[in-house]
Amino acid sequence: MAMSAATMKTAPDALIRAQQLNVEIAGRSILEQIDLRIQRGEIVTVVGPNGSGKSTLLRALIGAIQPTSGQVVRMNGLRIGYVPQRLHIDPTLPLTVRRFFNLPRRHGHRAIDQALARAGIEGRNETPMAALSGGQFQRALMARALLDRPDVLMLDEASQGLDQTGTADFYRQIEEVRNDLGCAVLLVSHDLHVVMRAADRVICLNHHICCEGLPEAVSADPEYQALFGSVDEEALALFRHDPHHHPHGGHEHHGAEYHRKDSHDAK
Amino acid sequence: MMLSDFMIRALLAGLGVMLAAAPLGCFVVWRRMAFFGAATAHAAVLGVALALALSMSVFVGVLATSLLMAIMITLLSNRGYAMDTLLGVIAHASLAFGLVAVSFVTDVRIDLMAYLFGDILAVGGTDLLIIWGGAALVFALTIWRWEALLLATVSEDLAYAEGFDPPREALILTLSLAIVVAVAIKVVGVLLIAALLVIPAAAARLFSRTPERMAMGAAVIGAVSIGAGLWASWHLDTPTGPTIVCAAASIFAGLSVIARPLAAKFMG
Repeated sequence: MAMSAATMKTAPDALIRAQQLNVEIAGRSILEQIDLRIQRGEIVTVVGPNGSGKSTLLRALIGAIQPTSGQVVRMNGLRIGYVPQRLHIDPTLPLTVRRFFNLPRRHGHRAIDQALARAGIEGRNETPMAALSGGQFQRALMARALLDRPDVLMLDEASQGLDQTGTADFYRQIEEVRNDLGCAVLLVSHDLHVVMRAADRVICLNHHICCEGLPEAVSADPEYQALFGSVDEEALALFRHDPHHHPHGGHEHHGAEYHRKDSHDAK
Repeated sequence: MMLSDFMIRALLAGLGVMLAAAPLGCFVVWRRMAFFGAATAHAAVLGVALALALSMSVFVGVLATSLLMAIMITLLSNRGYAMDTLLGVIAHASLAFGLVAVSFVTDVRIDLMAYLFGDILAVGGTDLLIIWGGAALVFALTIWRWEALLLATVSEDLAYAEGFDPPREALILTLSLAIVVAVAIKVVGVLLIAALLVIPAAAARLFSRTPERMAMGAAVIGAVSIGAGLWASWHLDTPTGPTIVCAAASIFAGLSVIARPLAAKFMG
């Protein structure tokens, strides 16, 4: 399926990339000179204060916003699983969970049942989407996005409406998904704990890209600290001692980075 | 009830309109475009006046102005006007200009009432062909774009992410609406077309769990309304178009009462 006129051949390692991307909305510059590449298998987090253009960046990447200049290049036939920040389904539109999962493509019963299980709403096939709680709804959006085995999963503040346990599960699930599907994950968040826990790479955005790199390198960057203050100890503690952050096979460089940090701590 | 030829033609004409209006009406309800149907329909009065002044077929004149209006609204709505304000201005302005324009066409005796309220009993063989041709076209378009339209209605961003083009889907919907207005003007008339789009869909919502069932429910309710309206207008000697809409509204009211517990459950 053609994603947009801007789709063209790209280096095999980049699923999606932005080149010199500028977006203006109503005369205001929202994104300036954004360059980024998303590679298969990496988890990239975009952080930035409110109104820094995080959601706009995601929407430009999926093609919902036309750049004022520059371009977005997607791999041919790229499958995007997009989980919006919030989704309002008009109450006049009757939509069961099953129907929502089958939109716009049908899936077998087993695939639907697995997706429901993933979302923690087993047996709720015929429940109207409107009857789900906020957390269930958010997990259903995620499960739907995963049904077509996307090449890249894009999450916009997807932990909103989840309680603390829910959030922890949610981000554990992101790592599982990355490992199972080998897809890239691009997530937007203002929650620094999330950034520290779930990212291979962090992009700090405030209309332009302030800095990017490994989570710890970014959190030490003066531009980042100017935006967020220095990361509080609790967040770092979570990051360093999180049991879910054990390195796993198949992601050598990922594991290696955490090893390096561990040995650094030991000094 | 006597099933004379013109009654059968009237019934066939009504069913043809409903075939297209049912699925389309659901989108009108879901996308909160009820005013949109009205605005396009009101533009049709201008089309009638132009067609008569230029001695064209009324169908062509109405189709042309409805399409033009639909495209204009689509373009203007992208410029940041609030949709309801924009439609309010355009709907009433086009109706007023249409009525004024009609008054200039003096050499033909126009039964304006026929265009405002329709004259389903006067439907002829050619009209039937036009109605079923247009309805079949719109029905096919709607079915063809169903999933894309539905996803774009749920969320434009989800549709973009799946590689669809929501503005294009919206344009298809708008054009379909213009075609339905053009073919339905003879059946229920300008003022009541929007009712035939909205009321059966709204009634079907009360007991539907999926979009498809709502569209089918709207078709059934619309068909029953048309049959009941024809029957009632025959026996009560009332204007047929309004009687059909009264029948639909009564069904909606009746279902609302019956389905109240269900409605509370599904419509939150």
